[in-house]
Amino acid sequence: MALLSVKGVNKRFGGLQALGDVNLDVAENTCHAIIGPNGAGKSTLLNVLVGKLIPDSGSVVFDGQSVLGRQPHEINQMGISRVFQTPEIFADLSVMENMLIPCFAKRDGAFRMHAIESVRHEADMIEKAEAMLEEVKMLDKREMIASSMSRGDKRRLEMAMCLVQEPRLLLLDEPTAGMARADTENTIELLKTIRKERGLTMAIIEHDMNVVFSLAERITVLAQGTPLVEDTPDNIKGHPKVREAYLGEAQV
Amino acid sequence: MLGLTKQDSKLMLIVIGLVILAPFILNPFPEGSAMAQFNAGYPDLMQRFVIFGIFAIGFNLLFGLTGYLSFGHAAFLGVGSYAAIWSLKLITLNVLPGIVFAIIVAGAFSFVVGYVSLRRSGIYFSILTLAFAQMSYALAYSVLTPITGGETGLQIKNTDSPLLGGPTDGSIGRANLFGAEMGNSFELNIGNWLFTFNLGYYIAAAFMLAAFYLSIRIFRSPFGIMLRAVKSNQQRMNYTGLTPKRYTLSAFVISGMFAGLAGGLMVAMDTQVGPERMFWTASGEVVIMTILGGAGTLFGPVLGAGFIKYMENIVSKINKDILHEWFAFMPDGLEDFMVALVYPFIGKGWHLTLGIMFMLVVIFLPGGLVEGGQRIAAKFRRTKNADTPDGASKPAE
Repeated sequence: MALLSVKGVNKRFGGLQALGDVNLDVAENTCHAIIGPNGAGKSTLLNVLVGKLIPDSGSVVFDGQSVLGRQPHEINQMGISRVFQTPEIFADLSVMENMLIPCFAKRDGAFRMHAIESVRHEADMIEKAEAMLEEVKMLDKREMIASSMSRGDKRRLEMAMCLVQEPRLLLLDEPTAGMARADTENTIELLKTIRKERGLTMAIIEHDMNVVFSLAERITVLAQGTPLVEDTPDNIKGHPKVREAYLGEAQV
Repeated sequence: MLGLTKQDSKLMLIVIGLVILAPFILNPFPEGSAMAQFNAGYPDLMQRFVIFGIFAIGFNLLFGLTGYLSFGHAAFLGVGSYAAIWSLKLITLNVLPGIVFAIIVAGAFSFVVGYVSLRRSGIYFSILTLAFAQMSYALAYSVLTPITGGETGLQIKNTDSPLLGGPTDGSIGRANLFGAEMGNSFELNIGNWLFTFNLGYYIAAAFMLAAFYLSIRIFRSPFGIMLRAVKSNQQRMNYTGLTPKRYTLSAFVISGMFAGLAGGLMVAMDTQVGPERMFWTASGEVVIMTILGGAGTLFGPVLGAGFIKYMENIVSKINKDILHEWFAFMPDGLEDFMVALVYPFIGKGWHLTLGIMFMLVVIFLPGGLVEGGQRIAAKFRRTKNADTPDGASKPAE
């Protein structure tokens, strides 16, 4: 059974049909890419999945439970983490503090007032955060203020923050957008390693075909808010409908 | 010490030392000397230092950590004061229950105000809190006169008969702590110096030390990190499975309770309340104290509170005659010129001095007076290092 199942989702913004009858199944332990030209509704779909937008109709079921109508923090607690297009981190805080926050959120839930306990005494959490930082090779930066790091490092930190929560599904919104070549390669490597070692289910939205074809095991092509095809990367590459969706625009 | 790191313990010990020795530190000039007017070691002012210190420490927990600028915190101070005076009038002249009531009532009131105001952030949040505070002020002044005493406020009267042990001879009851009156003082004469050790001051100071300790613990706790996360990125908090609003509301209520404690102590020291305590300028004052001292730092708010109260009470007392005395050594024309030059900045003009200081701090020392202190300390350290061969051999940064 699919871990995430989207059925007949519609979303209108005024006169614009942003999503029209979207059906999508993300199977457990796969990397599923959603591609499509600008304005195809990829980001709208992602925002529906994380609870930022509520669709006009349809259903979104994650692991047997409906996601619709839940707040973003509730959806995260269900096991869905999101990586943003521009890294969303706690810029004023140190790398270690950035890592501890998701650790506490995972352990204590949406709200808990540990106002007297000292952070220094949270040995388990610190150990967990350090192990994760080690895994993304950022342990030496633990005391740095997050805003002072490079874009690539911010991206790694954001991923580490998501991964330390041990999510069941990781949503990635153009994880390599605006990155230098070397950073993109590093990010792909990192994602591949995570994918292999953790068997983590991923859904990725991406423009860069290089990234898509090196990571994805299934690909859904979205155009004008509707899925055109869903298939394996090899079949998608030469698919006439996909060419039309991408190149058809270029001819105008 | 007490679960604090070495560095925090050091800070705590310094503050404890300063607070205990304040009667000496604040009275450096002998009685009757020309400088005696700069002495701040009298009970009334020392009490105000620590009480406003508590107020600012609490405000800093909200503003310094979460970045939410409340412009109505004086309302909680006022509500706490009214709760405390009613406790003194109706229940007992012992100040302790009054202070506890002040904290509880202010906490409950700040929960209501916070719950509504936190639906918005930024300037709209500030305006909502300001509106609540001004409403409280206006109500206390008019409609709620039966509870607040309106314009004249509330005092302990000889007709009051508290449930537990009021005076029976028709005299006006005095606030006490298990029989010891707040006004009790012990005076120590050493040479020309006069030092006053006031019971009320030390009780208020004990509360301030507890508040300061609590604030260190909150700063270093997981909860403290969450509050700083609220300031940094609420979106990421939401997508990390956290509810920034509940964290902010908790911080709001905690800081409201600190304000209530301050209000209760004010009543304990000087048994009267008036609505002007809730006026918006009082809310603005605590904002200025916190920013001037250093928002988001531990010691800054205490420093800012002390600084402003000192200026309000000492600088404002300097008048033209005193200035003429100071510049008497100059030729007449120059003396008059100097007096005319300095006069706008002292006496009633102390606000001008404060305003200029505030602007300079905000522009050049965004971290407040604490940052200024740190910069000076760092400079000294560097010079010291350069003097020693060890420091000199290190590569320059």
